[in-house]
Amino acid sequence: MTNDILVFAEQRNDVVHPAALQLVMPAKALAATTGGKVVACLIGDKLDNAMAAVEKTGVDRIIAVSAPQLGLYSAVRYRTALATAIANVEPRIVLLAATFMGRDLAPRVAVKTQAALATDVVELTISGDGALDVRRPVYNGKAFCHVSFPEDRLAIASVRPNTFSAPAGGSGAARAALAYTPGPGDDRINVQEIARSAGAVKDVTEADIIVSGGRALKSEDNFKILYELAQELDAAVGASRAACDAGYQPHSRQVGLTGKTVTPRLYIACGISGAIQHLAGMRGSKVIVAINTDKEAPIFKLADYGIVADVFKVVPALTAEVQRLKG
Amino acid sequence: MKILVLVRQVPDSTTTIKIRPDAKDIERTGVKMVVNPFDEFAIEQAVLLREKRPDVQSVTALIVGPATAAEALRTALAVGADDGMHLQDDAFTALDELQMAALIAAVVQGGGYDLILLGKQEIDLDSGQLGPALAEALDWPHVGATVKLEFAADGKSFVARRRIEGAEEVVQLALPAVVTADKGLCEMRYPSLPNLMKAKKKPVKVVKAADVPGLAEAVGRVGGTALHTFQPPPARPAGKLIAGEPDQAAKELVRLLREEAKAI
Ligand SMILES: Cc1cc2nc3c(=O)[nH]c(=O)nc-3n(C[C@H](O)[C@H](O)[C@H](O)COP(=O)(O)OP(=O)(O)OC[C@H]3O[C@@H](n4cnc5c(N)ncnc54)[C@H](O)[C@@H]3O)c2cc1C
Repeated sequence: MTNDILVFAEQRNDVVHPAALQLVMPAKALAATTGGKVVACLIGDKLDNAMAAVEKTGVDRIIAVSAPQLGLYSAVRYRTALATAIANVEPRIVLLAATFMGRDLAPRVAVKTQAALATDVVELTISGDGALDVRRPVYNGKAFCHVSFPEDRLAIASVRPNTFSAPAGGSGAARAALAYTPGPGDDRINVQEIARSAGAVKDVTEADIIVSGGRALKSEDNFKILYELAQELDAAVGASRAACDAGYQPHSRQVGLTGKTVTPRLYIACGISGAIQHLAGMRGSKVIVAINTDKEAPIFKLADYGIVADVFKVVPALTAEVQRLKG
Repeated sequence: MKILVLVRQVPDSTTTIKIRPDAKDIERTGVKMVVNPFDEFAIEQAVLLREKRPDVQSVTALIVGPATAAEALRTALAVGADDGMHLQDDAFTALDELQMAALIAAVVQGGGYDLILLGKQEIDLDSGQLGPALAEALDWPHVGATVKLEFAADGKSFVARRRIEGAEEVVQLALPAVVTADKGLCEMRYPSLPNLMKAKKKPVKVVKAADVPGLAEAVGRVGGTALHTFQPPPARPAGKLIAGEPDQAAKELVRLLREEAKAI
């Protein structure tokens, strides 16, 4: 085992996931303690642009595992490829982003490499005995917990998106290529296609800003006012379960316990009461705004800024003001 | 086709979480325990397959937990699982998620199962590790966060859709396989009182650590993390209520978001 930190730089279509670039900051901090290097691993088919983006974060070394069969994500092929990189680098710690891919891949890789794993972590330190110690949300964000790792085993952690920012200005990383040798079971998952769910509209998990609507919107048509504000803010539109169950928005936009967990820079809750199961999906947002006619609505307890008023009056006014300032 | 569905028992999602004074765990007395919501989708999917496909021989529900976990197992049986397996031993309480996967793999191996269904995540520890880790421990393929599952006519393979950023992956797999369920796959039917009574008569096999050959080796190969200190979430600073007419309030909010919060 070396003292290196390996970062899995997840990409699709030669574009690195922003959450993967955010791994470099904690990786550098850990490497400063262990005395190792930060090595990024990319897996895919065409990786030139992705490698250039990773290089800018200032990693020491980049390893590419590229093959035509790796063009689309497959849990078993990517597991084999990442395990190959781990065997090559022999890192002390591996970091992935807790994205859809990272959540799916990390447990497989951890079992394959006989490692220990913690998912969705928000803090990483090396404890007195030299082992990794992390902090992660539990009980849908209603508590946090420290998790210690055993000292004698590879430690793998997936990091919650938007917890750290991506460093810039790096260059000159050493590059190496590793061959992908298919394992015996690697062809058992056949990825047929990636189907975009809602046209070109941004998904809640991809956006820095989310404008979210609840039952108060009363119809799919009325969600238009949220889409107009979202357009001005380059935001995604989310919804409460009540709004999705009523058919105002597809379930892919649902935020919450049984919907998606989001951690944007700004979350604007419009006509959402703030039920505990909704909070479970968005309480990690940096800044929270609530617009609700009921000043007792629980969402105001969490909100940084609140307006007690009708969404149908406030939201268009917000759109107009943002438009006016853009000129 | 033999189906195994994994059930976990978790605090109800409305539970107020209090940390114990020693910070080693949460307060557990008086906490209402329910079937993990994502596992509910998996249970329903298993039962739907059993009802629709003549080639489905059986649905077995498996739970790991103390005696009180039997209640969650009974829900699965009332909804339509044929029999249950309850892995119940003090030795299991210290296992982390990867070790839990190793335990279940050791129990399931050689059981002749073709499809294992479970929720994509457990809403207590929110780790989401079990499904993919179990698949790897069994050396099976898996699909995570599945929102749609369609079997081929011969019942040997299926096409699944799984949720990713702003899109769905469409994947094809042959059995045996592990499938983890996301919201949208299906909603669990309500376990009726008569069915809950009938469920009491369905066979449940209790499995102890001593019944699992090679357990120590399997569990010793992976994991070993320990939860050691719990804390409440960081307090958010008190929010600001912006007064005034909607137009004025909107202007003020935009100003604060730009100048104070620097969020837009
Ligand atoms: C197991 C489980 C899982 C769940 N998962 C989720 C989940 O993932 N996501 C989720 O969101 N919910 C989830 N729920 C449901 C949750 O409990 C709530 O029912 C839901 O979040 C309520 O949605 P809402 O806030 O839109 O509706 P309501 O609670 O009805 O709130 C509507 C709000 O709009 C306000 N309002 C009305 N008119 C106006 C107006 N003109 N202008 C401004 N404000 C107005 C009202 O004052 C009210 O506060 C789950 C529940 C369970 C049991």
